Amino acid sequence: MDQLFVGIKTALLSMLGTFMPDWLVTVHSVLISATGIAIFGPLTMMYLTLIERKVVARMQNRLGPNRVGKFGLLQPVADGIKMLTKEDIVPYKADKLLHLLAPITIVVPALMVFAVLPFGRGMIAADLNVGILYFLAVSSTTTISIFIAGWGSHNKFALLGAMRAVAQMVSYEVPMVLSLVPALMIAGSLSTGAIVAAQAERWFAFTPWGFVAFIIFYLCGVAEVNRSPFDLAEAESEIVAGFHTEYSGMKFALFYMAEFMNTFTISALAATIFLGGWHGPFLPSWFWFLLKTYILIFVMIWFRGTLPRLRIDQLMGLAWKFLLPMALVNVVVAGFWYMSSGVIRTFGSIACLVVAFMVLTALNRPYVPEKREYTFAEN
Amino acid sequence: MFYGSGVLRGMLVTLKNMIQSYFCKPEDGGLFTSQYPEKRLPEKERFRNFPFLIYDKEPENLRCVACDICAKECPPKCIYIIRDFDTDGKPLKKPKIFDIDLTVCMNCGICEEACPFDAIYMDHEFEISGRERQGSLLYHKDDLLKSNEHFHKIRPTDAAAIDTRRQEDEAKKQAVKKEPPKPPSTAS
Ligand code: SF4
Ligand code: SF4
Repeated sequence: MDQLFVGIKTALLSMLGTFMPDWLVTVHSVLISATGIAIFGPLTMMYLTLIERKVVARMQNRLGPNRVGKFGLLQPVADGIKMLTKEDIVPYKADKLLHLLAPITIVVPALMVFAVLPFGRGMIAADLNVGILYFLAVSSTTTISIFIAGWGSHNKFALLGAMRAVAQMVSYEVPMVLSLVPALMIAGSLSTGAIVAAQAERWFAFTPWGFVAFIIFYLCGVAEVNRSPFDLAEAESEIVAGFHTEYSGMKFALFYMAEFMNTFTISALAATIFLGGWHGPFLPSWFWFLLKTYILIFVMIWFRGTLPRLRIDQLMGLAWKFLLPMALVNVVVAGFWYMSSGVIRTFGSIACLVVAFMVLTALNRPYVPEKREYTFAEN
Repeated sequence: MFYGSGVLRGMLVTLKNMIQSYFCKPEDGGLFTSQYPEKRLPEKERFRNFPFLIYDKEPENLRCVACDICAKECPPKCIYIIRDFDTDGKPLKKPKIFDIDLTVCMNCGICEEACPFDAIYMDHEFEISGRERQGSLLYHKDDLLKSNEHFHKIRPTDAAAIDTRRQEDEAKKQAVKKEPPKPPSTAS
């Protein structure tokens, strides 16, 4: 069971190997992995929309979609057909080329990052030795696509949303990368495969620095994929739909697809780096990986069902004044952890982090003016 | 409490709601939506939707006298009435055309309140969707006419009260007709 998908691929390749030259088999090996991802990504996205709607509905004491197929399982298909047959409207003054380019360029990186995710034991499309760097670099190009969309639409709401998105993503990129540094320091590698291997005995999330880094990374991840409560870029109650205001039909669907695939990949990366990736007892490794990922996705949906949207200054304040210093402290703590040993290691790190947390929250306390005393006025 | 504890408490509320929605009855905080086309909630008697014209016994015997009061009172002006005339050109006490444009009607019930002849009442029918934009939603006299029994069925309390009042009025009229009016007394 564990090697199910790997086995299928090897069997396919050996079948091809009987009549093909070696180089063609290599090409096919790449093609098979790529096809697998190209099917898995959109399929995940389709069913994530359903899961999200179902879960949020349950949190609001509703049933959610349940008409198309059993339990509404065909709802994503119906949505897809609707999206495909919808009229594609390009605003009169829009920049036609950029308007078309944005949804395409946003999906490509969202699919590309699937390549470095270790789905299970030996189930990684490309175990690059700079996997994490590749992931961060490729996924951060999303910002450009979002700005292209906002700029190309020639719409004030779209532009506002795009500017918010850029500000937010650039800010959150910093603590996000810094929160990954401790994990890279301890594992001593940038490759996702090696990081998972380093967590064989203990998941990183179960160490003091790992726990803090996991929380920081996860929060930044939520902000990075523009999901509630950090969804200022597409705040529907303020700026219509943000950067995709002027998109309809399939182009809109592509934005959605990118957003949900990013949700999946960010959760998957968090699970890989901090929750031990595919490690887990008894069940097949890919099952453990998907389970952890979906739990993290569930938490994102849970956020959406619970929290109201942040204000822009709160959002920036959280990134720059809280998460960033905390991530820096965390890097130091990870160094301390690496150098020391025994009881002092655990308690020293925990004490450092708790003190840092206390100090930062005290410094970040919002200024509340004192109650004014009126000397002459009647109460 | 520490920074962020409010967020955690809020999240527990939604989680509780989600779990309850699977295991609890509506009274204890479970799902309370009903699946509409298959399951229907019982209609409330005071529910009001679109107006209908009432008739006693047979459709010719409708109560409306084409006085045009409801059409004047209707805020969005969606009632259109033409009085009927007999062959001599004498006006009759009934409408020839009585149209209500349900696309315009805003379900306010003012026509019901304004009518002095108990002729127009609010119905419970709400599944009136049609395939074209206007045609099927422009109700003519024949579509609007419904019997008093129907009124009794949907709004028993109101219907009974109105029927007794009408009977009393009728009895008074009969009494007045039987006794010729007394000559005005010259005394005092
Ligand atoms: S319910 Fe109101 S809007 Fe509708 S016909 Fe009567 S008066 Fe007009
Ligand atoms: S329904 Fe009533 S108010 Fe309207 S025209 Fe007929 S009698 Fe007059």
